[in-house]
Amino acid sequence: MIKTLMKQVKEFKRDSIFTPLCMILEVIMETAIPFLMASIIDEGVTKGNLRHIYVVGGWMVAAAAVGLAAGMIGGRFGARASTGFARNLRESMFRNIQNYSFSNIDKFSTAGLVTRLTTDVTNLQNAYQMILRMFTRAPASLLCAMFMAFRINGRLASIYLAAVILLGGALFLIMSRATKYFQQAFPKYDDMNASVQENVSAIRVVKAYVREEHEISKFKKTSYNIYKIFFKAECNLVFNAPLMQVTVYTCVLLISWLGAKMIVVDALTTGELMSLLAYCMNILMSLMMLSMVFVMITMSAASARRISEVLNETSDIHNPENPDYEVTDGSIEFSHVDFAYGQESKESVLKDINLKIHSGETIGIIGGTGSAKTSLINLISRLYDVTGGEILVGGKDVRSYDMETLRNEVSVVLQKNVLFSGTILENLRWGDKDATQEECERACRLACADEFIEKMPDKYETYIEQGGSNVSGGQKQRLCIARALLKKPKILIMDDSTSAVDTSTDAKIRKAFAEEIPDTTKIIIAQRISSVQQADRVIVMEEGRISGFGTHEELLESNEIYREVYESQTRGGGDFDEKAGA
Amino acid sequence: MKRQVHDMAEKTKGDKRGRGKMTETKNPMMTFRRLMRYVLSSYGIQYVLVAILILVGVLANVQGIMFTKNLIDDYITPLLLAEHADFGPLAGAIGKVAIFYGIGIISVYAYNRIMVNITQGTLQKLRNDLFSHMELLPIKFFDTHAHGDIMSIYTNDIDTLRQMISQSIPQVLSSMITIVSVFVSMLMLSIPLTVVTLVMVAIMLISTKTLAGMSGKYFVKQQVDLGKVNGYIEEMMDGQKVVKVFCHEEESIKNFKNLNDNLFDSADKANAFANQLGPVNTQLGNISYVVCAIVGGAFALNQIGGLTLGALASFLTFNRSFSMPINQVSQQLNAIVMALAGAERIFQLLDEEPEVDEGYVTLVSVKKENGVLVESETRTGHWAWKHVHQVDGTVDYVELEGDVVFNGVDFGYDEKKIVLHDVVLYAKPGQKIAFVGSTGAGKTTITNLINRFYSIQDGKIRYDGININKIQLPDLRRSLGIVLQDTHLFTGTVKENIRYGKLDASEEEIVAAAKLANADGFIRRLPQGYDTLLTGDGTNLSQGQRQLLAIARAAIADPPVLILDEATSSIDTRTERIVQDGMDKLMKGRTTFVIAHRLSTVRNSDCIMVLEQGRIIERGTHEQLMDEQGRYYQLYTGNAISA
Repeated sequence: MIKTLMKQVKEFKRDSIFTPLCMILEVIMETAIPFLMASIIDEGVTKGNLRHIYVVGGWMVAAAAVGLAAGMIGGRFGARASTGFARNLRESMFRNIQNYSFSNIDKFSTAGLVTRLTTDVTNLQNAYQMILRMFTRAPASLLCAMFMAFRINGRLASIYLAAVILLGGALFLIMSRATKYFQQAFPKYDDMNASVQENVSAIRVVKAYVREEHEISKFKKTSYNIYKIFFKAECNLVFNAPLMQVTVYTCVLLISWLGAKMIVVDALTTGELMSLLAYCMNILMSLMMLSMVFVMITMSAASARRISEVLNETSDIHNPENPDYEVTDGSIEFSHVDFAYGQESKESVLKDINLKIHSGETIGIIGGTGSAKTSLINLISRLYDVTGGEILVGGKDVRSYDMETLRNEVSVVLQKNVLFSGTILENLRWGDKDATQEECERACRLACADEFIEKMPDKYETYIEQGGSNVSGGQKQRLCIARALLKKPKILIMDDSTSAVDTSTDAKIRKAFAEEIPDTTKIIIAQRISSVQQADRVIVMEEGRISGFGTHEELLESNEIYREVYESQTRGGGDFDEKAGA
Repeated sequence: MKRQVHDMAEKTKGDKRGRGKMTETKNPMMTFRRLMRYVLSSYGIQYVLVAILILVGVLANVQGIMFTKNLIDDYITPLLLAEHADFGPLAGAIGKVAIFYGIGIISVYAYNRIMVNITQGTLQKLRNDLFSHMELLPIKFFDTHAHGDIMSIYTNDIDTLRQMISQSIPQVLSSMITIVSVFVSMLMLSIPLTVVTLVMVAIMLISTKTLAGMSGKYFVKQQVDLGKVNGYIEEMMDGQKVVKVFCHEEESIKNFKNLNDNLFDSADKANAFANQLGPVNTQLGNISYVVCAIVGGAFALNQIGGLTLGALASFLTFNRSFSMPINQVSQQLNAIVMALAGAERIFQLLDEEPEVDEGYVTLVSVKKENGVLVESETRTGHWAWKHVHQVDGTVDYVELEGDVVFNGVDFGYDEKKIVLHDVVLYAKPGQKIAFVGSTGAGKTTITNLINRFYSIQDGKIRYDGININKIQLPDLRRSLGIVLQDTHLFTGTVKENIRYGKLDASEEEIVAAAKLANADGFIRRLPQGYDTLLTGDGTNLSQGQRQLLAIARAAIADPPVLILDEATSSIDTRTERIVQDGMDKLMKGRTTFVIAHRLSTVRNSDCIMVLEQGRIIERGTHEQLMDEQGRYYQLYTGNAISA
């Protein structure tokens, strides 16, 4: 995991090395000051040597100045290293995600990917900066101060050593206990969020059943749980500050007592005593800092893990070695196709599918939810790879084509489709970035999108908000169809793409397709029988198998499921049947 | 520093949106005062105690530093000269200091401990207040506020507030006490050195301000760039499959790289400046220390201003303790500003007007005695509206029947844009009224007016002859059952979800309701049957199953009036038939308003309303409307009634 992440440092290696070096230099300069101080007191003040005070004072100013410079440069490098690291992480993840196949995308949810690219990266950026700066600074400061203390007086310094061990141990205990509670708090926190979320989205139900009081008392229980656990965690942390003080004060008093005795017998000077007291603060503060930083870094481990998951994920669909760049026609053949999502899942979604579709045919697909309609068509443009058997497009295995070629020739209008922020034209040109205005308009005419676009104030230059939130569901679907048409594909697949379009427009679109793009193979998944009944042939899917394949009339005759769906959608319309027939 | 670990703990979970929005606080002082009032109202005494304990803790520390002077001047120096070293007085002095230290340590512990009470208690109270208030807000509030924004009040805003209450305020308090007491002590030791220290502190403050200003400029830019990058990420991740289908990968990488590089640029600069703050302040602190040491050394040597060696030693330590709290305060300022912005959003929610309920007509259980309605303490299964006349205090009982009348009703979600025009309708008890029309015609809106999710602009709605504005909201809603098109379930067992319709329902009633709704069959097939736990809005059930549960939930409430919003096309035929059947059984004997998508539902309605752009354009029975050959006829012959 760490290796994966460290690779992302790339061009910021230099900054990443200089930062800790600068930090160490700063610390050394800082540690020198109390030492020089002792000399001022002992050699200067006590012995009455004013010159010595100025000389050593000059050295001290120089040390502080070098420390300042080192600190500032370190800060500069640290900023570059950490923000650069974050930039590389984001870019590498984004690049890798672009290579993901559909099954890779399924594995991480959209929200999951967004969190990894945003919050997790920010966490790591902070952690990285902390490692480069604080995490070198604190131990360095501790070691340097300890070293100096031992140089001054080994016996007194061993008090510090003992204090460090004791305080370190106690901090470790406190922190690990508190962390344990914090970990427990996460699920409680989730509970509370879920409870709020639930109430915000289901507020109509709450109000309709007059359950406000009920929900409030439920929420109070959740919020009490959070209170309890955080209370416990905090009660542990409360010991930190007094514990630190106990240690510092004990050290100060011990040093004062023993130091005074030593000074009297000339084993120590007053100046040395003063610098020892200064180092006491340095050592213990560093230790405190270290424990905090350590916990914070541990907490970003979860983010690190999530990010490296994204980076280490490799696409399971690759371009073949000598790809074919031409799809000759729009014929499709499934031969003994099996398909399952993910290698581990034993449950096959599609079982032994065999079918042949001729170039230029219009095929309808109908079936209940979970009958694998979408899975079936996703295999054609190789959004997923089959787990058994093969699929031929234009007479050749889909796995032999260059993927871009295949996907341009097999245009899919996805069920869950999105528009992107930008003008209508920009969105349409996703299909063909060189499309002229006329071509775009023609595609919109075919998809019956022209009427509402013309009504918009800016027509084709109308700005679509993120996710297409400023157009209605039906308008969005029609724009998505137009976008797919612009590829001028040999095969056009529409996955329930007109569900929000009213029936008459739906019929108009189908009519336009039949007349304007007769050579394109058209596959239409629909819930409404009316959307598919005029197709050349209809596939009826049931639990991952083809239950029927034939014309509307044939299926009404022979396929029970088809008949059932048909009747349910026209049920109660005895007179409707007559009218449809008339 | 102390609580940062804690922040991380809550943040990793809480900061899901992580968008880092920048909000200007409109009136920080007012928000601050209000916040303090809120905290002090429950924890006033404890807060005063905290202030006292902080003072004690600081003083204990100050006396300890002062002791260095005594140690050197009064003990070590004389001891050096004395022939017989007598450590007795020193031991006594150290003992005294130790006792003060002890008191200080206890104070520090006590104040930290009390702060836990205050912080966690206040947060809990705040969460409860927020939630309780939120539940009382009108539907309109939820329509007009993004759900994510409401959520972030509970997570991000409360989070920053925690930091402020638990950390910033006591720290500022302790820093201020420290600054004052250290300043006084320094003055006592040496006035000239104090002046030197003050000059250095001034330099520190100026450089901090300059650096903060510069980094602040870039931080704003970084925030904007971050927003762009995050926005792009969200959009692209959401449309990742579309990107694949259109082979748009290279393009999106190019765009992303562009935005990402911009972000790097501003983030790098912002952090570079911010990172200067630490070393500049520490090293300027060191320089201040050094300058004092040189000047003080020279003074001590020449006996200027009576500065002894011990006094110098103490002074140097004070010099350190003086610049530290100043740094801390300046670091806390940013956190405080952010927390106040959050607090403002919290108070905004608390200030939202709750639903208006001026009703005085209540729903009571009644029994009939000699043809007269008599109020009953126990549940009889018969209900009546209890109407206490305001003028003379006489009481009327009107039997609950389910008669609903709309008279010239106009409605708009916002006052200027009317979406329903002059709606007139009569629903007699037990009748079934269907609404048909295309999406956005106003079908759902009409049904939302009956239970007063929204208040009408003009006209009247009467329920059993009573203006619904006069009926107490909870009673009005209790008398109406509603099954919404998008079903919402709650975290809990299947049983609990059905019981939602009637909290005191017995096991038998639950099963009976489930049977009525055709839900019993699938519930029994669930792994734990009625005790199966549903999570995340019932995502472990199919849409059809969720709808069946919603029907069962309405069935157990047994209301005289029902509002049904039919499911759309996304459930498969078989489930659909079962759902339909469940709905039909539920409708029997009740006044029902149904928003219909299926022909079968519409045909046997007592009255069908065809809506278009907020107006009823046709009404009548199926046969009448078919004869008219109008819009209904068109819709009907187009197979599905709406899309």
